[in-house]
Amino acid sequence: MLAYTLRTLAKMVITLFAIVTLVFFATRLSGNPIDFVLGEGITKEDRELLIAYYGLDGSVWTQYLRYLAAFVDGQFGLSFLERRPVADVVAERLWPTAQLILSATAFTLLVSIPLGILAALKRKSWVGSAVMTVAFLGLAVPNFVLATLLVLVFAYLLNWLPIVGNGTPAHFILPTIALSGLLIAALTRFTRNAMLDVLSQDYMRTARAKGLKERRVILKHGLGNASITLLSVIGLQVAGLAAAGSVVIESIFAWPGIGQLLVRSAILRDYPVLQFGVLTVAIAVIVINAVIDIAYAYADPRIRLAKG
Amino acid sequence: MTDHALSQAGVIRPAGSRRSIPGLAALLNLWREANAVQRTAMVLALILLLLALAAPLIAPFDPNAQSLLSRLRPPVGFERAKLAYLLGTDELGRDILSRCLYGLRLTFTLALCGAVIGLAIGFVLGMFSGLAGGMTDDLIMGLVDAQIAIPFTLVALLILAVFGSGLDVMILVLGLYGWEQYTRIVRGEVRKLKEMPFIEAARAAGATPWRIARRHILPNIVSPLVVQFTLSFSNIVLLESTLSFLGLGVQPPTATLGSMVGIGRDYLPTAPWIVLAPAAVILLLTFAVQILGDWLRDRADVRLRSR
Repeated sequence: MLAYTLRTLAKMVITLFAIVTLVFFATRLSGNPIDFVLGEGITKEDRELLIAYYGLDGSVWTQYLRYLAAFVDGQFGLSFLERRPVADVVAERLWPTAQLILSATAFTLLVSIPLGILAALKRKSWVGSAVMTVAFLGLAVPNFVLATLLVLVFAYLLNWLPIVGNGTPAHFILPTIALSGLLIAALTRFTRNAMLDVLSQDYMRTARAKGLKERRVILKHGLGNASITLLSVIGLQVAGLAAAGSVVIESIFAWPGIGQLLVRSAILRDYPVLQFGVLTVAIAVIVINAVIDIAYAYADPRIRLAKG
Repeated sequence: MTDHALSQAGVIRPAGSRRSIPGLAALLNLWREANAVQRTAMVLALILLLLALAAPLIAPFDPNAQSLLSRLRPPVGFERAKLAYLLGTDELGRDILSRCLYGLRLTFTLALCGAVIGLAIGFVLGMFSGLAGGMTDDLIMGLVDAQIAIPFTLVALLILAVFGSGLDVMILVLGLYGWEQYTRIVRGEVRKLKEMPFIEAARAAGATPWRIARRHILPNIVSPLVVQFTLSFSNIVLLESTLSFLGLGVQPPTATLGSMVGIGRDYLPTAPWIVLAPAAVILLLTFAVQILGDWLRDRADVRLRSR
C-alpha cells in the first residue's frame, strides 16, 4: 500500500514538473513577454530597465532555472498591472474560488446522488427515464448559457437574487447553481450506473434476506459500495470541470476568484499572473486527483490488498 | 505477393473488419438503425449544417451592417418590431437572424478545423507512440498525462494571451483540443493490432512500416476515431463559444454565437432577444451533436450492445 502511495506521488511530481516546464516555455514562444504590454514608442534603455525590473533578463535557460528556484524561495515575479508579487495577487483569490467550488460540489452531491439512486431504482418507469433524459441533455448545456438564463430569470425578471460579487449568502445561489449544472448532469449519470452495477450483486439479496429495511439496504449496502466507484469519478470529473467552469462563472458573476483573474490577465496580457495562476490551478487539480486516487486505493480493499 | 493475393488469402484484414468510409451508404445505414430521438437529432444537425452552408444566400442582411435607426428592435410579434428583422436587431441595429446564421457558419468552420487538426496531431503521435515504443512512447505518453491533468480552458487562456486573439490563433487553440484522446485510442489499438498475425504476415511479406500503418492498421481503427471525432466536435463547439463569450475568441464585429451571447449580456434586462436567439442556436447544435455522439459511441461499444 505504501508502494502504491509513493508511486502515485512520484507520478504526480513528474506530471507537475512537466506542466511547469511546458507552461514556462509556452509563454516564451513569441519572445520576451514584456513586449506584450509595451507600447510602440518605448526606448531601448527603458525596455532593458523594465525587463530587469520584472526579472525577465538573462537567457531563457537562466529564466527557467530562476523560475524553478521560485518554488523554493517564492519569487514568482511581479504582476505587470498591479506591480506586486504574483503570489500575493493569486493568493487573495484562492479563498473565494474555494468557497464557490465547495458550495457547488456540496450542491452537486446533494442533488445528483439522490437523483442517481432514484433513476437506478425506477429505471423501468418514466421517472427514471425523465431524470436520465434531463441529465443527458444537461451535459450539452454550456455553463455560460445556463448562467445567462439564470440571470435573466432570477435577477432581471423576478428580481429575487443578486448577481454581482460574493458579499452575502444570497450571492452564492446563482453562481453555485450555474457552476453545478454540468457537474450534476455528469454525476447523476455516474451515480445511476454505479448503483445499477451494485443493485444486482449477491450481497444486496443477502442484505434483503437478512430482513433489513429497504432504505438501509439501498443506502448502506448499495450506496456504500457504489461510492467507491463514485469517489474516483468525483476526483477526475469534478476537479477538472469545476476548475474550467469557475473561469466562466466567476467572470459572469464578477466573483473575485482565480477564474476571473485568469480571464482578466489573459485579456490584458498580464502574463506573470496568468502563468502563476494557471500553474496554481493545475497543481490544485493534480494534487486533488492524487489525493483522491490514494483515498480510493485505501477505500477499496481489492486495490489495497492487490497492490500490496 | 501482392496485396490482392494477400487479401484473397484472408491475411490482410481479419474477418469482420470493414472499411467504414463515412459516406452516403453509411448514413442511410445509420438512419435505418436510429430511433425517433436519434433521427430528430440527425435531421436537426443536417438542417443546421445546411443553414450554415447557405448563410450567404439566405441571410436577409449583411451580418455587420448597422442600422442605427432600427436599434434594439424586438423579434416579429412584439411591440415596436419591424417586419424585416425576423429575430429583431441588436444594440447597433444589426439583424440578429443574419448574425446567427453567419455565427453558426463560423462556429461550424472553426469546430471542424479544430477537430480535424486535433485528430491529425493525436493520430500521428498515437501511431508513433504505438509503433515505436520505448523512449518515444514514454515521452509522448508523458505529454498525454500532462495534458489530461490540466483543464484545457487554462491551456487556451495561456495560448490566447501569448499569441493574441484572432481567427488563426483560435484555430490553433481549438486544434490543440482533444489530441490526447486520439493519441490514447490510436496507441492502444496499434499496440493491440501490432501483435496480430495479419500484421506479422504483412511484415514478413516485406511491407514497410508506413505501408503497414496505412493499409493494415488504419482501416481497423477508423470506427473508434469517428466516435471520438463526434464527441470532440461537440466539445470544441462548447469551447469556441465559451472563449468567444469571454471576449477571448473571435473579435468583434465578426459574429460568433458565443460572442453574441457575451456582448448581448449587457442588454439582457431590456433586450433579452439579443442573447436568447444565439443561445437557442447553441443549444440546438450541442443537443444534436451530443445525441449523435453518444449514440455512435454506444453503437461502437460491443460491450453495451447486450444491455
